[in-house]
Amino acid sequence: MRLLEHQSRKLLEEFGLRFTDAVVVETADAAAKEAQTLGLPVMIKAQVPFGGRGKAGAVLSADTPEDAASAADQLLGRQLRGVTVTRLSVERKVSFLREFYVGITWDTASKLPVALLGPSGGVDVEQATAQIARQTLDPWTGLACYQGREMAARAGLSGKTLVAVGDVFNRLARAFLDRDAVLAEVNPLVEVAPGQLLGLDAHVEIEDDAAYRQQAQLEPLGEIFTTTTGRKPTSLELEAQRIDSMDHRGVAGRVVEFDGDLALLIGGGGASLTVFDAILHHGGKPANYCEIGGNPTAEKVAALTRLLLSKPEVKRLAVIMNVVNNTRADVIARGVLDGVESAGQKASEIISLFRVPGSWEDEARDIMAAAGVASCGREISLDRCARLVAEGDSPGVT
Amino acid sequence: MLLDPQAQIMVQGITGREASSMVSDMLDYGSRIVAGVTPGKAGQNVQGIPVYDTIAQLREDHCPTVSIISVPAPAVLDAALEAFAGGIKLCLIMTERIPRLDTSKIMVAARQAGCRVIGPNSLGLIRPSVAKLGTIGGRIDNVRKSFTPGSTAVLSRSGGMTTELASFLTSHGIGQSIAIGVGGDPIVGSNFAELVVLLEDDPATQSVVIYGEPGGTAEEDLARALSRRKSRLRINAFLSGRFVDDLEGVRFGHAAVIVEEGRGSVQGKKKALREAGVFVAERFDDILEGLQT
Repeated sequence: MRLLEHQSRKLLEEFGLRFTDAVVVETADAAAKEAQTLGLPVMIKAQVPFGGRGKAGAVLSADTPEDAASAADQLLGRQLRGVTVTRLSVERKVSFLREFYVGITWDTASKLPVALLGPSGGVDVEQATAQIARQTLDPWTGLACYQGREMAARAGLSGKTLVAVGDVFNRLARAFLDRDAVLAEVNPLVEVAPGQLLGLDAHVEIEDDAAYRQQAQLEPLGEIFTTTTGRKPTSLELEAQRIDSMDHRGVAGRVVEFDGDLALLIGGGGASLTVFDAILHHGGKPANYCEIGGNPTAEKVAALTRLLLSKPEVKRLAVIMNVVNNTRADVIARGVLDGVESAGQKASEIISLFRVPGSWEDEARDIMAAAGVASCGREISLDRCARLVAEGDSPGVT
Repeated sequence: MLLDPQAQIMVQGITGREASSMVSDMLDYGSRIVAGVTPGKAGQNVQGIPVYDTIAQLREDHCPTVSIISVPAPAVLDAALEAFAGGIKLCLIMTERIPRLDTSKIMVAARQAGCRVIGPNSLGLIRPSVAKLGTIGGRIDNVRKSFTPGSTAVLSRSGGMTTELASFLTSHGIGQSIAIGVGGDPIVGSNFAELVVLLEDDPATQSVVIYGEPGGTAEEDLARALSRRKSRLRINAFLSGRFVDDLEGVRFGHAAVIVEEGRGSVQGKKKALREAGVFVAERFDDILEGLQT
């Protein structure tokens, strides 16, 4: 879950981090009014769930209330990477002595959170990795102020600045751990007077899998973006989500739409990627990506099959899984056939290939054979299956 | 080597929905499951295996050194701490959707307890014809068909692809010393780099096949480790999800499969591995090339 800037600020403020004064508005009039109240000049920033806003022209400055209104007018309603701008943050512009980058994220090699301090903040922090001070932190205890001061010292800071940076890291680490963050950064963090640090921008992402224990704390922040696909999910993708959540057993969903004519029912997680790659490589035109696995019920598989076949451009359906472990091949076979039937199609005409080897493979083969579909076994590799399907040369139909 | 055939195995969450068939499949394959734990369900049995409330009670009658954790995600951290306190030295965590913070806490505690962790989000591991841990391979007939003993180790971020790869190797006459589903999460107890170090000391293993995916840094970390210290093992890799490179920010399949701001791309991973001397197969079927040359 990626929080918007104003949500990230609010979350971090709970842990005692300080930011410039800012107000969220939804109209140009409100932007002008708040600009005057806050004190000019101001920055007007679109509240959208991705970085690089400055470069994308989503951050404007205004010296007068009229400027603020026209900047707001420019931004509101604009489409940025598929997201419509509906909210702006109006912030008092501050002058400062220097700026820093501070952030905490996960380091998968050490399996620990890692705090990062960049001696210069701003938009190009990625380019300055060589000068960044790093410190892993204990997930049980967090980051002590002294560890933050040690980082500050390594980054060449001293005096009141060093003390204040130590304190910022202690608080940021508490926020990161208490809120199950996968990323928490303040960039830039500016020094407005010796030892006085203020955040100008914040970016917090919360782990999706921790939603069950973070929901209550996040509620006051308002609506939260759950995906970062960069575009709105299509109605077909939403329907697939609904199908997948109708039963907690197994996965039959996670659809991403594409514009080809070949419907794909593929899994598990790894094989779905392998097969999709291979189909593209061999010139196939998938209508969708999806994932099935973890022993889904026949009902879920049937509903997903029917959904995938509901796209008018779909001409064929391929069912390809790896050698399954805990998924029952016969349950998949039954679900697919039910789905094909409820879509008003004939299995022997629409299914170009069925390959689900592994546990219960003999039963699955008999079920498909009874419907006039010949199955492939494990002797046909994932890559060869993909080629057969892509080249329309499939032996699947008897 | 992981999974000593003599080691006693226990299952935490043994009364759960998937555990019963897993226990019977494992027993069929010769794995020595001695007991299970589900708090509040002492006195029951699953496939003839006795159930205890706590590991402390279980240890009055048995002395397992291996545990399988198959409990709901919110209970995994607690279950792991109980396992470490109970002297477990190899712990397979099968549960998926565990917050990274919990995995990280588990790993700090595991280091102190001297316990190796496989997973989370892993189907398990198998030493063909010796023993298996977890649901890997599924039913006994499928396990026998898919896995055969040999000198190639299979390490995979996908449980399904572990069996697919092993089955593919088996059908081409290449047996496996061990096959491990390392887990589909961004942070796992034992990553590629750590497991390759372990296999280095296993005389039964001559080559390794790795299945990688977009997202995370497991492949890059392995490449870095191999450039620092050369391996005696012939290491081959196949990476799926090339198409994910072009769809930044979209999550596919496993929790870790996402390319963000250019990080975690398959092309970057392949390049890093090739520079470290790993044979990287372009197509799935090409993995044989690296093993036969």
